[in-house]
Amino acid sequence: MKARLWPIILIAAGFILSFAIPYFGLLDLYVQMILIYICINIILALSLNLINGYMGEFSVGHAGFMSAGAYISAIITVKCLSSASAAWLFPFAVIAGGVGAALLGLIVAIPSFRTRGDYLAIVTLAFNMIIKSVLENIDAVGGARGFLGMDKLTTLPVAFFWTLITIWVIRNFIYSNYGRGVLSIREDEIASDLMSVNTKQVKLLAFVISSFFAGVAGGLFAHLLQFINPRMFDIIKSTDILIMVYLGGIGSIAGSILGATVYTLLLEILRPLEIWRMVIMPLILIFLMLFRPRGIMGLKELTWFVPVLDRINSNRGVKGIRKWFS
Amino acid sequence: MGNRIIETDNLTVSYGSIAAVKVISFHVEQGEIVALIGANGAGKTSTLRALSGMTTYGGRVSFMGRDLRGVAAHKIVGMGMAHVPEGRGIFGNLTVLENLKLATWQRRDKKEVAADYDRIFNIFPRLKERRQQSAGTLSGGEQQMLAVGRALMSKGTMLLLDEPSMGLSPLLAQEIFSMLAELNRAGTTILLVEQNANMALRLADRCYVLETGIIVLEGTGKELIGNPQVKEAYLGT
Amino acid sequence: MTYFLQQGLNALQLGSIYALIALGYTMVYGILSMINFAHGDFFMVGAFICFVVVTFMGLPFVPAMILSIIGVSLLGVIVERAAYKPLRQAPRVSAIITALGVGIFLENFTLALSPYPKHIPAIIENTSWTFGGLTISSLQVIIILLSLALMTVLHFIVQHTRVGMAMRAISWDKNVVPLMGVPVNNVISITFAIGSGLGGAAGMMYGMAYPIIDPYMGIIVGWKAFIAAVVGGIGNIRGAVIGGYILGATEIMVAAFFPSTYRDFTAFSLLLILLIVRPYGIMGKPRPQKV
Repeated sequence: MKARLWPIILIAAGFILSFAIPYFGLLDLYVQMILIYICINIILALSLNLINGYMGEFSVGHAGFMSAGAYISAIITVKCLSSASAAWLFPFAVIAGGVGAALLGLIVAIPSFRTRGDYLAIVTLAFNMIIKSVLENIDAVGGARGFLGMDKLTTLPVAFFWTLITIWVIRNFIYSNYGRGVLSIREDEIASDLMSVNTKQVKLLAFVISSFFAGVAGGLFAHLLQFINPRMFDIIKSTDILIMVYLGGIGSIAGSILGATVYTLLLEILRPLEIWRMVIMPLILIFLMLFRPRGIMGLKELTWFVPVLDRINSNRGVKGIRKWFS
Repeated sequence: MGNRIIETDNLTVSYGSIAAVKVISFHVEQGEIVALIGANGAGKTSTLRALSGMTTYGGRVSFMGRDLRGVAAHKIVGMGMAHVPEGRGIFGNLTVLENLKLATWQRRDKKEVAADYDRIFNIFPRLKERRQQSAGTLSGGEQQMLAVGRALMSKGTMLLLDEPSMGLSPLLAQEIFSMLAELNRAGTTILLVEQNANMALRLADRCYVLETGIIVLEGTGKELIGNPQVKEAYLGT
Repeated sequence: MTYFLQQGLNALQLGSIYALIALGYTMVYGILSMINFAHGDFFMVGAFICFVVVTFMGLPFVPAMILSIIGVSLLGVIVERAAYKPLRQAPRVSAIITALGVGIFLENFTLALSPYPKHIPAIIENTSWTFGGLTISSLQVIIILLSLALMTVLHFIVQHTRVGMAMRAISWDKNVVPLMGVPVNNVISITFAIGSGLGGAAGMMYGMAYPIIDPYMGIIVGWKAFIAAVVGGIGNIRGAVIGGYILGATEIMVAAFFPSTYRDFTAFSLLLILLIVRPYGIMGKPRPQKV
């Protein structure tokens, strides 16, 4: 029972801290902001990990889903709601953003029935560029100039709450029957099809869940920055998310959390280097990949993220790497 | 005792934590045909791969008296060891002629190369007919001929063959085997890995039987054909 | 009609550049099944080398071109040896992420050295000829013909030389190639040198045609060329050329007849449709999957 108790204590402590830090001003605003960023990045990395790590696809357009969530939720809080009600209805705006992104995820999932690997990568990449291009052409949301007027609704407790939800949902999904389907697609799609896994349904679901949380992260991001423009969600942003996932280690929840945290923190720590920051950062990344090609966690999972009944075969990821060898 | 061309000393090959070959010591003498037989997973292919530098290994492998540790696979080819890999390894997108030509990469004796094409085409007239054809369109038997021809083009004096009979009809397999015997008479030393123990034992001068990574039996081909253990396990009679 | 032809000429020019970059992607992919995401930045470096040698050394076109090609070839070989080769046995994605890292490094390293966009001075006397309303500039002619020449050379190398034969063999099955006595690492280095060199040439020509260059120029152009390579059928050399020209034509024609902000949207949608119709690209064939 002890193993089950610890996570609950930690979650409770995290919640109390997430309220206490802003309330008592325990940390300065800059540090709080970084903490919120870490939360958002964890959501992004985890949701992408579902597609790239667990399902073994290579999606490179995650920022596209994020932008959908950001714009939809921002439009709702700015244009549809008054400032007072927006504060209360913010979770629903975020969910609406997530749902919007999930619908797009549904569309992107359809080509994945026919194409795999690098061709699917292009579909997601093109999708990312198309959605950015569409946003730039809609004047109602400011076009290329961007959209502003959001209140700063993304606070530390809110971000922490959504991070927990993401971890919880994705963990439960992965260890559900559908989740096993996702893993079986990574291992061998044809075989899993023959084993009567409904691969289409599983893929659809994985894409929907993944894009939903990317949309959620977008909504949080929009209400943290209070200003968004299409350029924020271009391929460079998608690349960032990819790096977080692979830096942490694919197919591991702990890995995504670690990857997002390390990446965000490194960027902040290196900030005094100014223009050389982004010169040093990729060098660190390259060295990390050279010395730990499978990311920091390297497919291992922290037992906390594995349901008790599944713990016996907790390193279920190992074989999946095989197909990347060819 | 003839001249030992290949000699291994406590050879081990592991993939991760799984040892495919556990401490194998054997040798091949000049002009011999030696067969390694054994079931799936006995470590036959891994042994060949270690010899030709395709995988890392423990222990010692020497070829014509030279320690092969640290010698790159393509240099070993240049020393005269030719390896016909499992599944033949034909480049289906290249023509037959290009497949042969690629194998001459390490050779500097341009004149003899030209003569060798004729030699190969003499042995395998069918390859000559199809030399401009893309190798992917060849039949299984023709592909096997090409694979052997390619190994000869690299001026291999030592031929490693991995399952030359695999996927061939008994008749074709017989044809390939009699051709190997002919090559051997012409001076090529051969190390053969086979699952078809019957044919391998008939052809080979000497034979090693592998089981889960170790040598369990060795002897001349005739001795082993008569061995009751081998009969039961591999000859199925 | 003249307007259409005029745009067609522009499309040929832009398409040539895309095709050259797409070739670099496709060659590396063909041989290593690896997407070299730093390739777009190699292209950018090519433009910057051209800027440096033209501005500070005052070199004319041909030496500038040769230096750009050689410089970027060297860069490609060094990057391959230092960052990709150690990962050859690692999971495929590790090399891809490393490539992304290399790209970010190149962009920001260039940015740190040159914080403002640069202007490449014209080094070709810009004469133009008019045929019945159709204007052709000397630069256009040079870019189109030079690209075609480079593609022909590449075709020759791949189809008719020993190294080219080894490249094709590696793309079929790289595990068997060492058994032929072929030093695979050297062939891979040569592939990187050629592929990157073509990217460098493209960067140089792009810098001539659109003379304002900045360190981030390689990202979008690179990704677009990558899409072109995939649309053509990645790993297929003819496919890359076709994909490049299709992309160039689409972009120019959309911009010619619609508001220019629709350019990316239409171009990518079209490519997406093409990919959905032909999931393995125009020239690509699905390899039979083993069950």
